[in-house]
Amino acid sequence: MSINLQNVTYVYMSKTPFEKVAIKNINIEIKQGEFVGIIGHTGSGKSTLVQHLNGLLKPTSGTVTIGEQNIHSKGQAARQAKSRVGMVFQYPEHQLFEETVYEDIAFGPRNLGIPEDEIDSRVKKALNFVGLDFEKYAQRTPFQLSGGQMRRVAIAGVIALEPEYLILDEPSAGLDPRGRDEIFGQIINLYEATGMTVVLVSHNMEDVAKMANRLLVMKDGEISLDGTPKDIFQNYQVELKQAGVDAPPLTLLMNKFKQRGLDVDNTVIATDAAADSIFDAVRRC
Amino acid sequence: MGEFITVKDMCHTYFAHEGEEVQALDHINISIHEGEFVAIIGTNGSGKSTLAKHFNALLTPNSGQCIVNGLDTLDPENTWEIRQSVGMVFQNPDNQIVATLVEEDVAFGPENLGVEPAEIRKRVAEALQDVGMEEYRQHSPHLLSGGQKQRVAIAGVLAMCSNCLVLDEPTAMLDPQGRQEVLSTVLRLHREQKITVVYITHFMEEAVAADRVIVMEQGKVVMEGTPQEVFSQVNHLKELGLDVPVAAELSYRLRQLNLIIPEKIITDEELVVAVCP
Repeated sequence: MSINLQNVTYVYMSKTPFEKVAIKNINIEIKQGEFVGIIGHTGSGKSTLVQHLNGLLKPTSGTVTIGEQNIHSKGQAARQAKSRVGMVFQYPEHQLFEETVYEDIAFGPRNLGIPEDEIDSRVKKALNFVGLDFEKYAQRTPFQLSGGQMRRVAIAGVIALEPEYLILDEPSAGLDPRGRDEIFGQIINLYEATGMTVVLVSHNMEDVAKMANRLLVMKDGEISLDGTPKDIFQNYQVELKQAGVDAPPLTLLMNKFKQRGLDVDNTVIATDAAADSIFDAVRRC
Repeated sequence: MGEFITVKDMCHTYFAHEGEEVQALDHINISIHEGEFVAIIGTNGSGKSTLAKHFNALLTPNSGQCIVNGLDTLDPENTWEIRQSVGMVFQNPDNQIVATLVEEDVAFGPENLGVEPAEIRKRVAEALQDVGMEEYRQHSPHLLSGGQKQRVAIAGVLAMCSNCLVLDEPTAMLDPQGRQEVLSTVLRLHREQKITVVYITHFMEEAVAADRVIVMEQGKVVMEGTPQEVFSQVNHLKELGLDVPVAAELSYRLRQLNLIIPEKIITDEELVVAVCP
């Protein structure tokens, strides 16, 4: 089962002076088990695009299907199809509202009509996945946790819905480097453990390079590049710049070595591998 | 250079749930000089934002002192003068924009200070020019990009004729281009108008641009020095859960491989030259 967008166009504030085509004529298939990174300049249409994946926005023209199901048709089947897609918005901790961490995570599954004992096990599992101790945190109010902890509770709330597709819009914004590494570590664990399809919108090229196996670059409402991060960061730097984004800092640094005539491998994504590559290149010359 | 902000043995304690005390600032001693660009880094919860809020008297010390421009923040008589001279820019641009037109938003500060209308017009025009937003003066702020909104917020501070700009993670919500816009605007104002800047960030490549870097951990200042001095301590920063610029980390690893690389390299260019002279 995959999510398919066919000729999807979305126009904001249609027929007003502020009319703006946010995305135009998008055709993509997101296959089960993929880890898709989406990058692009602010206003390039990233968030508009991902909001189509679970039916939050209805295309002005074109269709969105999950499996065979058009998610904008009427009835139970379309609703069910949409519930397969879980969405973590930017700053999801702003949406916490319950009195305890437990209740906040249980809210979604309860709305789906899941029995209480099943909810209990889902809450435990979700907290475990985001690295928060159930005994310690379940009965605390979410509002006095640190920013990183609140973010994790919010993500747990979506994980407890057990979606087949997990969409994350800038999950690391505003977190310190350690918090960011933890959140991404847990997303990777979740991806590897459950085979869940992940769609990640991020401004952090380094993280996208490390995690995604497919990268979409958006520019002016269109997908300008679609390929593996390795290929795109290495071979399409002019196009990336035009799209208002850049390769990860390490790739840029390795390219500077190359320009200086040192034969290093500019496809590395980890600093220890980069150090080895520079070391070898220096020894060769 | 005189001292613009002096913090002496300052503590600040919050009361969390069930009366639990959280010591957000623990005997801080620092000074910020006039015309200096200081970056503050540290993990979430290390006390960076609490410290910054003392600089314009949004918070006052539980013990110790915070002297801003010669004025003690504990004296309520000084509050307005301090807030006029130190302007804050926060993380979320949407939380600090109040008006429906860019120029009205920038005019909000001086209007509240009771500045003459003709003078306000002049200040707004100058401030918008300083941040490169003059062509947007009649635009609606909510249709601007994040980087543009932050520059409007900075213009709002300039229009109050503040001589110190305190920015609390101004780029956390921005894309790389927006981040670049904000940082280069701040750097230019610092250079051309000698504005004192306190810049809190999680992005180490931004902190590299500062004159001095202060590292905070659990309410204390744990490191302080030039970016070269601070970022060459790769291990220490990693232990604190912080990043280092990629060039600093790579030169550290190359030294471990016994390649002769000078200490204190923090930029790509320095490293490339050091490796391939």
